[in-house]
Amino acid sequence: MARYALLIGFFIFMGVFALVLDRMGKGEYNPRDIPTEFIGKPAPQIHVPTLFDADKMLNSDQFRGQLWLLNIWGTWCPECWREHAFLNELKKAGVPIVGLNWRDERSEAIAMLNQLGNPFVEIGFDPDSSVAMDWGVYGAPETFLVDAQGVVIAKHAGGLTPGVWQKKFAAYFERSAGSEQTQ
Amino acid sequence: MKILSSLFCVFLFSFSLTLQAKVESREFANAQMEEDYKTLVAELRCLVCQNQNLADSNAELAVDMRNKVYSMLNEGKSKTEIADFMVARYGDFVLYRPPVKSSTFMLWFGPFIFLLIGALIAISYVRRQQKSAQSVVDTQTQKRAHSLLDDD
Repeated sequence: MARYALLIGFFIFMGVFALVLDRMGKGEYNPRDIPTEFIGKPAPQIHVPTLFDADKMLNSDQFRGQLWLLNIWGTWCPECWREHAFLNELKKAGVPIVGLNWRDERSEAIAMLNQLGNPFVEIGFDPDSSVAMDWGVYGAPETFLVDAQGVVIAKHAGGLTPGVWQKKFAAYFERSAGSEQTQ
Repeated sequence: MKILSSLFCVFLFSFSLTLQAKVESREFANAQMEEDYKTLVAELRCLVCQNQNLADSNAELAVDMRNKVYSMLNEGKSKTEIADFMVARYGDFVLYRPPVKSSTFMLWFGPFIFLLIGALIAISYVRRQQKSAQSVVDTQTQKRAHSLLDDD
């Protein structure tokens, strides 16, 4: 009897293991995820040169009064290349995405956008992680949703997919579209 | 021969020292600042290689975070101010010794709870073994007693 209990225990353990692996594979669970400190808090201000023009400054205050996404990306990040097509789709759907090019070479970043298209309304250039650190970023890609009052309301670490979008972000945009119609 | 091998060791040591100096060459205004810097990079966690501290990690973000710690110290920020700065951005997770509170309770006391459970299982197992061993002896002695009685 004790031997069977051990075997059953082993299979239960394997089952849990397989379940967790499956959820990790689908991108629903990431054991390296760090709970963000920013949900419900004012978004840190961004004030950095833009990617295309080092003399021009990007100031996050200019996006006040609307829902916007902040997407942290770099040419060195394979998942950023994968999610790019979906970002282009979001742009077509009218979602304002502010890009933050993190720890990158200017020329390489611009070349990537020339190749894949530019889904961003504005792009900040952050070679020394100053903005990334202010936002508690520890990997790329990472996407934040900021509301009209400048409060962070959602975040996703990892590639943005239609599934993730539906689950974490879409509802906010449907709601705001609805309220605009009633006003 | 002995001299040769020790000379070789000295050569190797000097090599490793120059290498280290190349990796981390920072100048500090005073010894206290250097001390604070060393404590901070040892106690702050690298968010990329999560089982390493900032001092040990070569991840690019860790390099930037070390630079940030260094520049904040130069700005005259205290050790707690810098730790608070990182916690505000990365949460308690960034500290290798997070404060004891309800969310970190399992982290601090979980291992001891598991140790206790393990100890209880071990004790009950040993007790059971002892009991069955005793009963074996008992039946054997009983049999012997019986057979002795039968012989008579």
